[in-house]
Amino acid sequence: MIRNTAAQMAAKLASGETTSVALTQAHLDRINSVEDKVHAFLFVDGKGALEQAASVDAKRAKGEKLSPLAGVPLALKDVLAQKDKPTTCGSKILEGWLPSYDSTVVANLKKNDIVILGKTNMDEFAMGSSTENSAYGPTHNPWDLSRIPGGSGGGSSAALASFEAPLAIGTDTGGSIRQPAAVTGTVGVKPTYGGVSRYGLVAFSSSLDQAGPCARTVLDTALLHEAIAGYDPKDATSINAPVPLVVQAAKDGNVKGMKIGVVKELNGDGYQPGVRARFDEALELLAKAGAEIVEVSAPNFEYALAAYYLIAPSEASSNLARFDAMRYGLRVGDVDGASAEAVMNLTREVGFGKEVKRRIILGTYALSSGYYDAYYGSAQKVRTLITQDFTKAFTKADVLVSPTCPTTAFKIGEKANDPLAMYLNDIATIPVNMAGIGGMSLPAGLADEDGLPVGFQIMSPVMKDERMYSVGASLEAALLSKWGAPLLDRAPTLEASK
Amino acid sequence: MSSLSRDEVAKLAGLARIEMSEEELVSLSKEFTVILDAVARVQEVASADVAPTSHPLSLRNVFRPDVVVPSLSPEQALSGAPAQEEQRFRVPQILGEE
Repeated sequence: MIRNTAAQMAAKLASGETTSVALTQAHLDRINSVEDKVHAFLFVDGKGALEQAASVDAKRAKGEKLSPLAGVPLALKDVLAQKDKPTTCGSKILEGWLPSYDSTVVANLKKNDIVILGKTNMDEFAMGSSTENSAYGPTHNPWDLSRIPGGSGGGSSAALASFEAPLAIGTDTGGSIRQPAAVTGTVGVKPTYGGVSRYGLVAFSSSLDQAGPCARTVLDTALLHEAIAGYDPKDATSINAPVPLVVQAAKDGNVKGMKIGVVKELNGDGYQPGVRARFDEALELLAKAGAEIVEVSAPNFEYALAAYYLIAPSEASSNLARFDAMRYGLRVGDVDGASAEAVMNLTREVGFGKEVKRRIILGTYALSSGYYDAYYGSAQKVRTLITQDFTKAFTKADVLVSPTCPTTAFKIGEKANDPLAMYLNDIATIPVNMAGIGGMSLPAGLADEDGLPVGFQIMSPVMKDERMYSVGASLEAALLSKWGAPLLDRAPTLEASK
Repeated sequence: MSSLSRDEVAKLAGLARIEMSEEELVSLSKEFTVILDAVARVQEVASADVAPTSHPLSLRNVFRPDVVVPSLSPEQALSGAPAQEEQRFRVPQILGEE
């Protein structure tokens, strides 16, 4: 049952073939048996999940009208506040903190009766591409436990790929939903900026952060997208417009007559041969399905990474100032006579990990007088140029595509001491965040040289999120008929080795 | 080539309110030489005629109606406080003794 899609689980719940309690228990059992290998979760809320499941079952027994995913379990990235449940962002500075309110994403999940299994591991404050920056230890890629599951949302992607949960929530500032999806053979969507409320999402880089849905199929992702999206007065940057018709698009999966633009700059040198081979194959399948493949150029994308590593740290240096040991979270050094400033300094030394400190210092530098124009100011101009590249490209194509990442999953520890090499992993995902448009990653197959999953990225214009679901569903169907079975059937089963 | 000395890193760490060991200051200073070289590339295309973008949405002054809605109780607001006293956050000394 746990290997079903979320849509199949929902159908079984609706028909009475199973109950949410049974389904939730099956996932808790799975978590119990594989979690020592995967470490996708920072907190498993068995009791809370079963209570929520029982309440959904009771509503169903009474004949109440329920939402499409009611009773299906989900794994929640630990960057979203959930009332009275630990929310650490993978950081020691928030260890033990229990939010007194729900983020809007969590409120929407509860409203849709989606059962929350627990909180998933992540790079501290979502800064990283490997989940190695978590203060609570790394998560392991279910395809090869010695490799990273991507980041920052590696806990969510690993939970999906190891069948610990059929649905998950991620957040994506520079690729933290799409890159983990790519390296674990799962699906992840960064909606249009403003499409899903950021209220209660612990801020890293406010102009780039976006929560989104993760699952194992395009349709499941669309169903979750619809459940969490929509205007929220509590988020001043929330878009007040109808949610794009993503579920319908995922069901139709129609690309006939669509123009698909291949971004010339997001391919070639630095991309692993197996990544390029699967990407080219996917293009052929889309052409066969009736899409027209065109080439587009985005000359300023090569500056996106540099601009990102100025803008995101700058915003982070400001956002993370709130962790000051005064109102919540860790407090260190509060001895008689110690000044507030000394307590802040000591708390932030102990509470933040290496990468977070690195980015706060970088952001502080980029924003400091004398350097502001040269760094932060220039990065903001690059952001304009990237947005213009997208605008121009979208006059020639309905969606744009590229490999999600230049390589497959690397080994844990391989890039831990080389920040720049780590940052390069996000080269193809970052432009999307800079322009605030939508992006999806879905599995394109395995690279021949290492047998690891490869991600295919689809980018759609602002609030045209349905387009990536049309293309994603079409490609998924073509690949599935080619493979004969879902890609994840080829992943190790992780059964207890006794 | 851009670089940051150990002392410059120490100054930034002070501004950011992060205590740092000597070892951390030195290693960050080394890393920043590489990182700053990489990010300085933005200057190649950031000419004067390009307008900066601070945000993907062109929003201005977003307001909501000023209506009273339920909010956190004092107990909830203080629930995460490292220390509290008389329904207030208790914080270390902010002003000097003299």
